[in-house]
Amino acid sequence: MSEITLEIDGRKVQAEEGMTILEAARSVGISIPTLCHHDQLEPYGACRICTVEIESRGRTNLVAACLYPVEQDLVVRTRSEKVDKTRKMLLELMLAHAPDAPEMQELAREYGADKDRFEKESSFCILCGLCVRYCAEVKKNNAIGFVDRGTRREIVFVPEIASEVCWDCKECFPLCPTEALQASFLLTRALTSHSSSAEPESKG
Amino acid sequence: MPRVSSAAELEGLRKDILSRREPDKPCITLCSGTACHASGSTEVAASIEEEIKKQGLSGKVDFRRTGCHGFCEKGPIIVVHPEKICYLQIEPKDVPEIVSQTIKEKKVVERLLYTDPATNEKIIHESEIPFYKNQERIVFGSNGEIDPTNIDDYLALGGYSGLAKALSQMTPEQVLEEIKKSNLRGRGGGGFPAGRKWEECRNAPGDIKYVIVNADEGDPGAYMDRSLLEGNPHSVLEGLTIGAYAIGAHEGYIYVRQEYPLAVENVGIAIEQAREYGFLGENILGSGFDFTIKVHRGAGAFVSGESSALMTAIEGRVGEPRPKYIHTAIKGVRDRPSCLNNVETWATVPLIISKGAEWFAGLGTEGSKGTKIFSLVGKVNNTGLVEVPMGITLRDIIYGLGGGIPGGKKFKAVQTGGPSGGCIPEEQLDMQVDFDQLAKAGSMMGSGGMIVMDEDTCMVDVARYFLDFLSDESCGKCVPCREGIRQMLKILTSITRGKGKEGDIERLEELSEVTRDASLCALGRTAANPVLSTIRYFRDEYEAHIKEKRCPAYVCKELISYYIDPEKCQGCMICFRQCPAEAIIGGKNQIHVIDQEKCTKCGTCFEVCPPRFGAVSKMSGEPVPPPIAEEARMITRKSEAK
Repeated sequence: MSEITLEIDGRKVQAEEGMTILEAARSVGISIPTLCHHDQLEPYGACRICTVEIESRGRTNLVAACLYPVEQDLVVRTRSEKVDKTRKMLLELMLAHAPDAPEMQELAREYGADKDRFEKESSFCILCGLCVRYCAEVKKNNAIGFVDRGTRREIVFVPEIASEVCWDCKECFPLCPTEALQASFLLTRALTSHSSSAEPESKG
Repeated sequence: MPRVSSAAELEGLRKDILSRREPDKPCITLCSGTACHASGSTEVAASIEEEIKKQGLSGKVDFRRTGCHGFCEKGPIIVVHPEKICYLQIEPKDVPEIVSQTIKEKKVVERLLYTDPATNEKIIHESEIPFYKNQERIVFGSNGEIDPTNIDDYLALGGYSGLAKALSQMTPEQVLEEIKKSNLRGRGGGGFPAGRKWEECRNAPGDIKYVIVNADEGDPGAYMDRSLLEGNPHSVLEGLTIGAYAIGAHEGYIYVRQEYPLAVENVGIAIEQAREYGFLGENILGSGFDFTIKVHRGAGAFVSGESSALMTAIEGRVGEPRPKYIHTAIKGVRDRPSCLNNVETWATVPLIISKGAEWFAGLGTEGSKGTKIFSLVGKVNNTGLVEVPMGITLRDIIYGLGGGIPGGKKFKAVQTGGPSGGCIPEEQLDMQVDFDQLAKAGSMMGSGGMIVMDEDTCMVDVARYFLDFLSDESCGKCVPCREGIRQMLKILTSITRGKGKEGDIERLEELSEVTRDASLCALGRTAANPVLSTIRYFRDEYEAHIKEKRCPAYVCKELISYYIDPEKCQGCMICFRQCPAEAIIGGKNQIHVIDQEKCTKCGTCFEVCPPRFGAVSKMSGEPVPPPIAEEARMITRKSEAK
């Protein structure tokens, strides 16, 4: 692995080829907010809250830090007017779904996001996919997945699998940036509507 | 049929095919593309076969079902060879006359010819019809000559000579150089230089590489790729094989929508035939080059037309765009270098190799070479597919080829580039159409959709329509696209419902910016185009909706009312009877009045009121006058008053 030098927020940073901007920044203690990122999981790039501004080959661009690979002489700005404005809007869009999540509220304070900017559609879920991906990639269970697409996309437990594996696991709950409300709710619903549902009382 | 194992053998085969053809033998060709199929070409075909038999002409006249001719407005189209007499809008009942008059008697059936609306003159030949006159049909022109299920038809027109030339006279590097020199840009959306993409894929490390045809055409109203695949599939196979040779790929995919059954069928037949003849498979034309093609049928998601999503779908997973910042030319299908171009791009390649890069670069503009096929639809007289040189003006397309706007209405805008394109207003009609000019105008080339809109179109409603489409068709993975579209659609819907607020336009602009800058793939990055371009050119319409609660085009139901002018109403009861909501109060010889509470604004009364009365009008942004007093509603006619 060859060494790469890039600049993050005016600081020269040494990184290895193949690292992402996020990894390089964190290695020197520069923090970039994330919501859908998890060290054990494949990068996903969905929440875009890690958006940073880069200068590369004479052009300025917004990119997702969790995915963008470091380049020699890359210039990264983790906070700029444009970055902050983008993050503020992204938070406002997500807060319409999960207005009360503490992690989101903390970010909202940092970026001056107004949780009431957009009409509420309290699904609690911001579709970060941490539960879905953790279940698939780490637990290899695929007990929860996405259904539908576009603005109708949602997460749903697969009753046949969930009734077998979920009660003894529940490892996805603490991953949820909106406090697992949605996951537990959906799990319960899926189990109770399934004909051969497990009996949580006797097991739990 | 023996395998063709060299370029010389191919020329021999071509001569053989041509020698078996009698150029003077009458031949009826019938357009059998999907559009003509919908307007009844299957029935016409049956009656042609029957009539040839019935009139004792079996064996004396050929009949060929061809691909789309493009002039779909006037389909089904018949061309009688060798005179090339063109008959339009043919029904089965016209066929006996065509056979007895034109084939037997060599006479033209006047009533089936095209009538030029400007001069009222009858036009005999397809090429002289104004719709075709200014076209440059280098890619699409063969469609009308070829039976797509018969490889000999393609060979007779010089088919596979580009491939033979590439394999026998050129190195892969030379083929690549030729494509780079031609400046061919991708016809599927972004207009990325094809040669550069090929080169990147060629130079990418890895032994196994793929070439891919993107036939996931999903823009509403666009069907040029469909028509090419249906009508001339070998041109796409030939282009793909040449590309594979230049790039060093031995496997190719055609990703075609399952909703295109005829394209799927014809491509399958073409692949089979090409394999039998030795244009696909091992040791193609004796060159030692091997190449095979698989057809992958898509499930219809619009987003799967995005290159990385398409490749994910080929791998058998849900077609969602990949978030990685690495070109698919380097890491595509199964993380291997994969070169994807759309149908039209691949179909252009054999022409460039046969005729040379300089010939191709001689067509078009500085930055956009060659021709482009557009799907001309909407409020325009001649709808259909047109192939024009890059640089032609929008006016020439819409008024020259398209014959202008029907019903004497005024042109308002043309939407190009599909759902994430933009709307271009009248003052830009003289703009030269190419990749860069369209982008400068806030729209894009896209795959070549062109939807013409007249004065009865509400531009806020148009933006709402496209955002509604995108809210269904976004994959929903990333926040700026999914949530940005959701909120933009909410604002647009509320504006069209008369609930627009001060600041909505600015909110839309701000959402547009984030959606454009932060989205994961091109769908999200371009999703705001319909919003931004309509705000840019039709801001006054947005303001009328928001500030005056008025829809200038009288489209948005919540903002319009229907009103019967008591001075004009003749009490004929036509609207009274037809109103589905029973919202019209009236009787014989009584002035009718609309009960505004009951009215559902369906517009039936407006449509059925006899034009000589013209008593029903639409209103917007002003209060409806109070209903005329009941005692004053009796109509006294002059003749009765005497």
